[in-house]
Amino acid sequence: MSSSVKIKTLTIDERQVGAREDQTILDVARENGIKIPTLCSLKGLSAYGGCRMCIVEIAGTPKLLPSCMTTVEEGMVVTTNSDRIKKYRRSLLELYFSERNHVCSVCATNGYCELQSMAQEVEMTHVHFPYMYPQLDIDATHERFILDHNRCISCTRCVRVCDEIEGAHTLDIKDRGIDIRVITDLDHPWGESETCTQCGKCVHVCPTGALIERGKSVGEMSKRKQLLPYLTKMREAHE
Amino acid sequence: MSRTITIEPITRIEGHGKITLMLNDSGTVDNALFQVTQFRGFEKLSEGRRFREMPSLMARVCGICPVAHLIAGAKACDQILAVKVPETGSLIREAINLGQIVQSHALSFFYLSVPDMVMGFDANPMDRNILGVLKKNPQMASDGIRLRKFGQTIIELLAGKRVHPAAIIAGGVSDPCSADVRDKILADIPEMLRIVQRNLDWYKQALNQNGTSSLRVSKFVDEIRTFANMKSLFMGLVNDDGELDFYDGKIRFVDSSRKIVADKLDPANYQDYIAEHVENWTFLKFPYYKPMGYPKGMYRVGPLARLNVVDRCGTPQADLELSEFRGLSSGAVLSSFYYHHARLIEILYSLEKLEQLLSEPAFTGNKTRAVAGPNNLEGVGMAEAPRGTLIHHYKVDEHGVMQWANLIIASGHNNMAMNHGIMQVARHFVKGEKIEEGMLNRVEAVIRAFDPCLSCSTHAAGKMPLKIELARPNGEVVHTLTQG
Ligand code: SF4
Ligand code: SF4
Ligand code: FES
Ligand SMILES: [Fe+2]
Repeated sequence: MSSSVKIKTLTIDERQVGAREDQTILDVARENGIKIPTLCSLKGLSAYGGCRMCIVEIAGTPKLLPSCMTTVEEGMVVTTNSDRIKKYRRSLLELYFSERNHVCSVCATNGYCELQSMAQEVEMTHVHFPYMYPQLDIDATHERFILDHNRCISCTRCVRVCDEIEGAHTLDIKDRGIDIRVITDLDHPWGESETCTQCGKCVHVCPTGALIERGKSVGEMSKRKQLLPYLTKMREAHE
Repeated sequence: MSRTITIEPITRIEGHGKITLMLNDSGTVDNALFQVTQFRGFEKLSEGRRFREMPSLMARVCGICPVAHLIAGAKACDQILAVKVPETGSLIREAINLGQIVQSHALSFFYLSVPDMVMGFDANPMDRNILGVLKKNPQMASDGIRLRKFGQTIIELLAGKRVHPAAIIAGGVSDPCSADVRDKILADIPEMLRIVQRNLDWYKQALNQNGTSSLRVSKFVDEIRTFANMKSLFMGLVNDDGELDFYDGKIRFVDSSRKIVADKLDPANYQDYIAEHVENWTFLKFPYYKPMGYPKGMYRVGPLARLNVVDRCGTPQADLELSEFRGLSSGAVLSSFYYHHARLIEILYSLEKLEQLLSEPAFTGNKTRAVAGPNNLEGVGMAEAPRGTLIHHYKVDEHGVMQWANLIIASGHNNMAMNHGIMQVARHFVKGEKIEEGMLNRVEAVIRAFDPCLSCSTHAAGKMPLKIELARPNGEVVHTLTQG
């Protein structure tokens, strides 16, 4: 770390904390054992700021800001868990559930899903929005993996890991908003991909049952959570 | 002047049912229709899903007998995988299925039907429930609770979760069974056997008039005569020795004289011998035995049908009871009232069979599943659910994505018979201007004898909420009666 990096002090949840000026609020909170819920953020991958679960309140700013994208400032007063924030997180999550077809009870990731555990964490009891029941495909053409758009929350973790860690850039995103889709190569079936190395990283960083290994029945697809931290650590050690 | 009586059982599981009775000028029933006015499109819903999700997804057809759907679904998946399930996996699946039979039959008999038998069909509906039974015959009520709990515990111990067990999967089951769990289940079986035997004895006595031993002279003789007491074919799965087989086996049809009409039919070819007739007034289809056509090919499934179909149960105590049961009639036992009796015998069989299965050394083996990808584009799974033969038929693409599904469930097979039974019972008991509660209860009880999936949701309440209306042709309601 270069000595020219300045140190800032700020308050998070009524605690005085110190941070480097290039750190995000999320990083600092984690360093200090303050838990902020996240879905798209994953240590070892670039920040994306898409899921908005990590929103926090900053005194003097009317808008809620994503802590994974907001760098610290001197004297900042941050609240991570007010009633207002909780309400927003719950509503956001309800929107996720209403947008696609998350039928947990028949999902291979049932019991291992981050969307599911997030719902418990933020005490979501109902989905107050009408379900959209979109007609979505499953890409089961790949020899080892399956992409089920019904359960994708568009967090882009898979896209980032494929690009930034594996270097294959097989996965990408097309369209925006409600039409957003994960694609493989130039929107060709995954099974025909010439770039995919079959490494399986995307499957294991995917927080939901959208990416799974073939052959898994209900509740059998646990994700290797330590894979990415391990890869990142090894990479750092070599740099 | 003709009138129409409408009975609406308010159900939540499989759809909404409604009974319409059309009366003629003289106040007797001209026609009866059992309608299902809403249907959950489970088959449609499955299109585009992974086939491995199907057993669990289809288990949502029913909250009371999900195990049966898991089994039939998983068997259809086995065929898509083109594998043979390892012995341990089959044994565990079969045991879970028997646990389901015990719990479902106990519920149907003790909670839903015993109140009518103990208190009488005309008793005050306030007393005609499991609580009433608890007061009048506490032993019996607690027997029912114990048995049901035992069945549930088996499912829980072997399949993990009680309501929608996920352990039954394509290729086998996900987890082996420990010796501890096996011993725990085995230890309870002798007591459960005593419970069933005690209640079978009660049932046979209670139904008799003045202590005479003939079952034909019953105090429910009118009900026995009118509860869908008719000629029909019967269908069920039997094993190679002609014995009861809830998990595997081949299809057999017998006629009302118990003569075998067709035997050793392969489940995979069900479309060769079962066709479905569609009526525009109900969403529930009418399956029939194809070679005989509609409506002549009417058949029944479930406990009564299974006992009529088999040569023997295949376990000692159940076979003793079966030979007595055979004495009820020279051919097949025809009155659907005897579904109750058949249910008790099947509980007995299930317990004895469980004891056999759990005593197999392979039961606690480690190899519980065969691993494979989709190798066939099609699979048919068939199993005996508590209520009758259940058929799951799936078609997938080369990657295992569902293209098409067809389900034939027990309430479907029995549809024609239930309609017939309602008509019979209504003709006998519904008379005059005013609807009596006892008459309404009998119409409901005839449906209850079949214990259709349609009433699954109302099991917990112990009584179907019914609405019956007597209306003039112009729609004016002259009399209403509600219960539940
Ligand atoms: S398996 Fe590896 S290379 Fe293929 S899409 Fe996933 S992350 Fe990219
Ligand atoms: S497939 Fe999984 S990792 Fe990729 S965007 Fe969708 S939810 Fe995120
Ligand atoms: S974790 Fe910050 S927006 Fe997703
Ligand atoms: Fe059912």
